[in-house]
Amino acid sequence: MNGVPLAGYLGLALFMFSTGVVGVLVRRNPIVIFMCIELMLNAVNLTFVAFARYRVQALPDDPVLAQSQTMAGQMMVVFVMAVAAAEVAVGLGIIMAIYRLRHNIDIDDMNILKG
Amino acid sequence: MDALKITPELLLFGAAAGLAAIAAVGVVAFNNAIRSALCLVVNFFVLAFLYFTLNAEMLGVTQIVVYTGAIMVLFLFVIMLLNLGSPEALEEKRDWKRPAGLAIGALFFATIGSQILMPLMKITTVSSRDDFGGPQAIGRTLFSQYAFPFEAVSVLLLIGIVGSILLAKRRMS
Repeated sequence: MNGVPLAGYLGLALFMFSTGVVGVLVRRNPIVIFMCIELMLNAVNLTFVAFARYRVQALPDDPVLAQSQTMAGQMMVVFVMAVAAAEVAVGLGIIMAIYRLRHNIDIDDMNILKG
Repeated sequence: MDALKITPELLLFGAAAGLAAIAAVGVVAFNNAIRSALCLVVNFFVLAFLYFTLNAEMLGVTQIVVYTGAIMVLFLFVIMLLNLGSPEALEEKRDWKRPAGLAIGALFFATIGSQILMPLMKITTVSSRDDFGGPQAIGRTLFSQYAFPFEAVSVLLLIGIVGSILLAKRRMS
Protein backbone atom coordinates (compact mmCIF):
# COMPACT_ATOMS: atom_id res chain seq x y z
CA MET A 1 0.00 0.00 0.00
CA ASN A 2 2.07 2.91 -1.23
CA GLY A 3 0.85 6.39 -0.48
CA VAL A 4 -1.07 5.45 2.66
CA PRO A 5 0.39 7.27 5.65
CA LEU A 6 1.19 5.44 8.85
CA ALA A 7 -1.09 7.91 10.58
CA GLY A 8 -4.06 6.44 8.68
CA TYR A 9 -3.66 3.07 10.35
CA LEU A 10 -2.89 4.65 13.71
CA GLY A 11 -5.90 6.95 13.44
CA LEU A 12 -8.21 4.01 12.75
CA ALA A 13 -6.69 2.10 15.67
CA LEU A 14 -7.10 5.10 17.95
CA PHE A 15 -10.72 5.50 16.90
CA MET A 16 -11.43 1.82 17.55
CA PHE A 17 -9.75 1.99 20.94
CA SER A 18 -11.73 5.10 21.94
CA THR A 19 -14.95 3.44 20.82
CA GLY A 20 -14.09 0.45 22.96
CA VAL A 21 -13.42 2.68 25.97
CA VAL A 22 -16.77 4.43 25.52
CA GLY A 23 -18.52 1.08 25.18
CA VAL A 24 -17.00 -0.28 28.38
CA LEU A 25 -18.03 2.87 30.25
CA VAL A 26 -21.52 3.24 28.82
CA ARG A 27 -22.99 -0.20 28.22
CA ARG A 28 -24.53 -2.37 30.93
CA ASN A 29 -24.63 -5.68 29.11
CA PRO A 30 -21.48 -7.60 30.19
CA ILE A 31 -21.27 -9.46 26.88
CA VAL A 32 -21.19 -6.17 24.96
CA ILE A 33 -18.53 -4.95 27.40
CA PHE A 34 -16.52 -8.05 26.54
CA MET A 35 -16.90 -7.28 22.85
CA CYS A 36 -15.64 -3.75 23.48
CA ILE A 37 -12.57 -5.19 25.21
CA GLU A 38 -11.97 -7.33 22.11
CA LEU A 39 -12.30 -4.17 20.04
CA MET A 40 -9.58 -2.49 22.10
CA LEU A 41 -7.27 -5.51 21.83
CA ASN A 42 -7.71 -5.50 18.06
CA ALA A 43 -6.97 -1.79 17.86
CA VAL A 44 -3.67 -2.42 19.64
CA ASN A 45 -2.93 -5.33 17.29
CA LEU A 46 -3.45 -3.07 14.29
CA THR A 47 -0.97 -0.56 15.74
CA PHE A 48 1.60 -3.30 16.25
CA VAL A 49 1.30 -4.54 12.67
CA ALA A 50 1.34 -1.02 11.23
CA PHE A 51 4.48 -0.08 13.13
CA ALA A 52 6.09 -3.39 12.13
CA ARG A 53 5.38 -2.62 8.46
CA TYR A 54 6.39 1.05 8.44
CA ARG A 55 9.68 0.73 10.28
CA VAL A 56 10.54 4.18 11.57
CA GLN A 57 14.03 3.34 12.82
CA ALA A 58 16.83 1.83 10.76
CA LEU A 59 17.70 -1.79 11.45
CA PRO A 60 20.89 -2.62 13.38
CA ASP A 61 23.75 -4.26 11.51
CA ASP A 62 23.70 -7.50 13.49
CA PRO A 63 21.48 -9.86 11.41
CA VAL A 64 20.05 -11.73 14.42
CA LEU A 65 19.12 -8.48 16.14
CA ALA A 66 17.70 -7.11 12.89
CA GLN A 67 15.57 -10.21 12.40
CA SER A 68 14.25 -10.04 15.96
CA GLN A 69 13.39 -6.35 15.61
CA THR A 70 11.60 -6.98 12.32
CA MET A 71 9.40 -9.71 13.78
CA ALA A 72 8.81 -8.37 17.30
CA GLY A 73 5.55 -6.56 16.47
CA GLN A 74 3.97 -9.54 14.77
CA MET A 75 5.01 -11.85 17.62
CA MET A 76 3.22 -9.55 20.04
CA VAL A 77 0.08 -9.80 17.91
CA VAL A 78 0.26 -13.60 17.96
CA PHE A 79 0.49 -13.64 21.75
CA VAL A 80 -2.25 -11.04 22.18
CA MET A 81 -4.55 -13.25 20.07
CA ALA A 82 -3.74 -16.29 22.22
CA VAL A 83 -4.35 -14.39 25.46
CA ALA A 84 -7.61 -12.96 24.06
CA ALA A 85 -8.84 -16.46 23.23
CA ALA A 86 -8.14 -17.69 26.78
CA GLU A 87 -9.71 -14.54 28.25
CA VAL A 88 -12.92 -14.93 26.25
CA ALA A 89 -13.28 -18.60 27.21
CA VAL A 90 -12.91 -17.88 30.94
CA GLY A 91 -14.91 -14.61 30.86
CA LEU A 92 -17.91 -16.09 29.08
CA GLY A 93 -17.75 -19.02 31.52
CA ILE A 94 -17.96 -16.55 34.40
CA ILE A 95 -20.94 -14.78 32.80
CA MET A 96 -22.70 -18.12 32.31
CA ALA A 97 -22.05 -19.07 35.95
CA ILE A 98 -23.39 -15.73 37.21
CA TYR A 99 -26.46 -16.07 35.01
CA ARG A 100 -27.11 -19.53 36.38
CA LEU A 101 -26.88 -18.24 39.95
CA ARG A 102 -28.92 -15.05 39.62
CA HIS A 103 -30.85 -15.24 36.31
CA ASN A 104 -29.78 -11.67 35.67
CA ILE A 105 -26.58 -10.35 34.18
CA ASP A 106 -27.09 -6.61 34.63
CA ILE A 107 -23.63 -5.23 35.33
CA ASP A 108 -24.99 -2.70 37.84
CA ASP A 109 -26.39 -5.50 40.02
CA MET A 110 -23.11 -7.39 40.21
CA ASN A 111 -21.87 -6.04 43.52
CA ILE A 112 -21.48 -9.16 45.67
CA LEU A 113 -17.71 -8.62 45.82
CA LYS A 114 -18.25 -5.19 47.37
CA GLY A 115 -17.13 -5.40 50.99
CA MET B 1 2.52 19.56 5.89
CA ASP B 2 2.48 18.29 2.33
CA ALA B 3 -0.89 17.46 0.89
CA LEU B 4 -1.49 13.75 0.51
CA LYS B 5 -1.52 12.47 -3.04
CA ILE B 6 -4.73 10.63 -3.79
CA THR B 7 -3.80 7.16 -4.99
CA PRO B 8 -6.06 4.14 -5.60
CA GLU B 9 -4.45 2.51 -2.58
CA LEU B 10 -5.36 5.47 -0.42
CA LEU B 11 -8.98 5.33 -1.59
CA LEU B 12 -9.11 1.59 -0.91
CA PHE B 13 -7.64 2.11 2.54
CA GLY B 14 -10.11 4.93 3.23
CA ALA B 15 -13.07 2.73 2.29
CA ALA B 16 -11.84 -0.15 4.47
CA ALA B 17 -11.02 2.12 7.39
CA GLY B 18 -14.42 3.83 7.15
CA LEU B 19 -16.20 0.49 7.14
CA ALA B 20 -14.19 -0.67 10.16
CA ALA B 21 -14.96 2.57 12.01
CA ILE B 22 -18.70 2.33 11.26
CA ALA B 23 -18.74 -1.28 12.43
CA ALA B 24 -16.89 -0.30 15.63
CA VAL B 25 -19.50 2.36 16.36
CA GLY B 26 -22.21 -0.19 15.64
CA VAL B 27 -20.84 -2.51 18.32
CA VAL B 28 -21.39 0.17 20.95
CA ALA B 29 -24.53 1.79 19.56
CA PHE B 30 -26.79 -1.20 18.88
CA ASN B 31 -29.07 -2.09 21.75
CA ASN B 32 -29.43 -5.65 20.49
CA ALA B 33 -26.48 -7.81 21.52
CA ILE B 34 -26.65 -10.00 18.41
CA ARG B 35 -26.40 -6.95 16.15
CA SER B 36 -23.38 -5.76 18.15
CA ALA B 37 -21.75 -9.16 17.67
CA LEU B 38 -22.38 -9.12 13.92
CA CYS B 39 -20.91 -5.60 13.69
CA LEU B 40 -17.85 -6.92 15.49
CA VAL B 41 -17.56 -9.74 12.94
CA VAL B 42 -17.56 -7.16 10.13
CA ASN B 43 -14.95 -5.13 11.97
CA PHE B 44 -12.67 -8.15 12.43
CA PHE B 45 -13.03 -9.09 8.77
CA VAL B 46 -12.04 -5.62 7.64
CA LEU B 47 -9.13 -5.70 10.07
CA ALA B 48 -7.94 -8.95 8.49
CA PHE B 49 -8.10 -7.19 5.12
CA LEU B 50 -6.02 -4.33 6.53
CA TYR B 51 -3.46 -6.86 7.78
CA PHE B 52 -3.26 -8.17 4.22
CA THR B 53 -2.62 -4.65 2.93
CA LEU B 54 0.24 -4.42 5.44
CA ASN B 55 1.71 -7.66 3.98
CA ALA B 56 1.06 -9.52 7.24
CA GLU B 57 -0.67 -12.42 5.49
CA MET B 58 -0.22 -14.96 8.25
CA LEU B 59 -1.73 -12.64 10.85
CA GLY B 60 -4.63 -11.82 8.53
CA VAL B 61 -5.47 -15.50 8.14
CA THR B 62 -5.08 -16.04 11.88
CA GLN B 63 -7.37 -13.07 12.54
CA ILE B 64 -10.12 -14.63 10.42
CA VAL B 65 -9.71 -18.10 11.90
CA VAL B 66 -9.30 -17.13 15.56
CA TYR B 67 -11.47 -14.04 15.89
CA THR B 68 -14.27 -14.26 13.35
CA GLY B 69 -14.16 -18.05 13.39
CA ALA B 70 -13.75 -19.08 17.01
CA ILE B 71 -14.23 -16.13 19.36
CA MET B 72 -17.27 -14.60 17.68
CA VAL B 73 -18.99 -17.96 17.39
CA LEU B 74 -18.45 -18.36 21.14
CA PHE B 75 -19.97 -14.91 21.71
CA LEU B 76 -23.01 -15.61 19.55
CA PHE B 77 -23.43 -18.98 21.21
CA VAL B 78 -23.53 -17.44 24.69
CA ILE B 79 -25.84 -14.60 23.61
CA MET B 80 -28.34 -17.06 22.18
CA LEU B 81 -27.97 -19.43 25.12
CA LEU B 82 -28.75 -16.67 27.62
CA ASN B 83 -31.50 -15.37 25.31
CA LEU B 84 -30.16 -11.82 25.34
CA GLY B 85 -31.09 -11.22 21.73
CA SER B 86 -34.15 -9.10 22.35
CA PRO B 87 -33.45 -5.54 23.49
CA GLU B 88 -36.01 -5.86 26.28
CA ALA B 89 -33.78 -8.48 27.93
CA LEU B 90 -31.52 -5.78 29.28
CA GLU B 91 -32.79 -2.25 28.98
CA GLU B 92 -30.15 0.44 28.78
CA LYS B 93 -30.65 3.19 31.33
CA ARG B 94 -30.34 6.76 30.15
CA ASP B 95 -28.48 8.49 32.93
CA TRP B 96 -25.41 10.66 33.45
CA LYS B 97 -23.10 7.77 32.56
CA ARG B 98 -23.77 8.05 28.85
CA PRO B 99 -22.66 11.67 28.25
CA ALA B 100 -19.82 11.22 30.73
CA GLY B 101 -18.54 8.14 28.89
CA LEU B 102 -18.80 9.85 25.52
CA ALA B 103 -16.93 12.88 26.86
CA ILE B 104 -14.13 10.73 28.30
CA GLY B 105 -13.82 8.87 24.99
CA ALA B 106 -13.70 12.08 22.95
CA LEU B 107 -11.14 13.57 25.33
CA PHE B 108 -9.01 10.42 25.06
CA PHE B 109 -9.20 10.50 21.26
CA ALA B 110 -8.31 14.19 21.07
CA THR B 111 -5.43 13.96 23.54
CA ILE B 112 -3.65 11.03 21.92
CA GLY B 113 -4.57 12.00 18.36
CA SER B 114 -3.16 15.51 18.69
CA GLN B 115 0.14 14.11 19.97
CA ILE B 116 0.57 11.10 17.70
CA LEU B 117 -1.10 11.58 14.35
CA MET B 118 0.34 14.84 13.06
CA PRO B 119 4.07 13.99 13.41
CA LEU B 120 3.55 10.61 11.75
CA MET B 121 1.52 11.98 8.83
CA LYS B 122 4.69 12.33 6.73
CA ILE B 123 5.63 8.65 6.90
CA THR B 124 4.15 7.06 3.79
CA THR B 125 6.87 4.63 2.69
CA VAL B 126 7.06 1.12 4.06
CA SER B 127 10.53 -0.05 4.94
CA SER B 128 10.26 -3.66 6.02
CA ARG B 129 10.77 -6.51 3.61
CA ASP B 130 7.73 -7.60 1.61
CA ASP B 131 7.87 -11.20 2.87
CA PHE B 132 8.12 -10.26 6.55
CA GLY B 133 4.61 -11.46 7.33
CA GLY B 134 4.51 -14.80 5.55
CA PRO B 135 4.03 -18.10 7.40
CA GLN B 136 7.68 -19.02 6.89
CA ALA B 137 9.05 -15.88 8.56
CA ILE B 138 6.53 -16.08 11.42
CA GLY B 139 7.17 -19.76 12.05
CA ARG B 140 10.94 -19.39 11.96
CA THR B 141 10.86 -16.63 14.58
CA LEU B 142 8.12 -18.18 16.70
CA PHE B 143 9.89 -21.50 17.07
CA SER B 144 13.39 -20.10 17.59
CA GLN B 145 13.54 -16.80 19.47
CA TYR B 146 10.02 -16.96 20.87
CA ALA B 147 9.94 -20.64 21.78
CA PHE B 148 9.62 -19.99 25.52
CA PRO B 149 6.69 -17.51 25.29
CA PHE B 150 5.07 -19.94 22.85
CA GLU B 151 5.23 -22.74 25.43
CA ALA B 152 4.03 -20.37 28.16
CA VAL B 153 0.99 -19.54 26.02
CA SER B 154 0.23 -23.25 25.73
CA VAL B 155 0.17 -23.49 29.55
CA LEU B 156 -2.08 -20.40 29.69
CA LEU B 157 -4.54 -21.94 27.24
CA LEU B 158 -4.55 -25.18 29.21
CA ILE B 159 -5.38 -23.25 32.38
CA GLY B 160 -8.10 -21.42 30.44
CA ILE B 161 -9.65 -24.72 29.34
CA VAL B 162 -9.56 -26.13 32.88
CA GLY B 163 -11.00 -22.90 34.31
CA SER B 164 -13.90 -22.69 31.86
CA ILE B 165 -14.78 -26.36 32.44
CA LEU B 166 -14.77 -25.71 36.18
CA LEU B 167 -17.00 -22.65 35.73
CA ALA B 168 -19.38 -24.50 33.43
CA LYS B 169 -19.99 -27.34 35.86
CA ARG B 170 -23.62 -27.66 36.75
CA ARG B 171 -23.42 -27.15 40.50
CA MET B 172 -21.66 -24.10 41.90
CA SER B 173 -21.19 -24.44 45.63
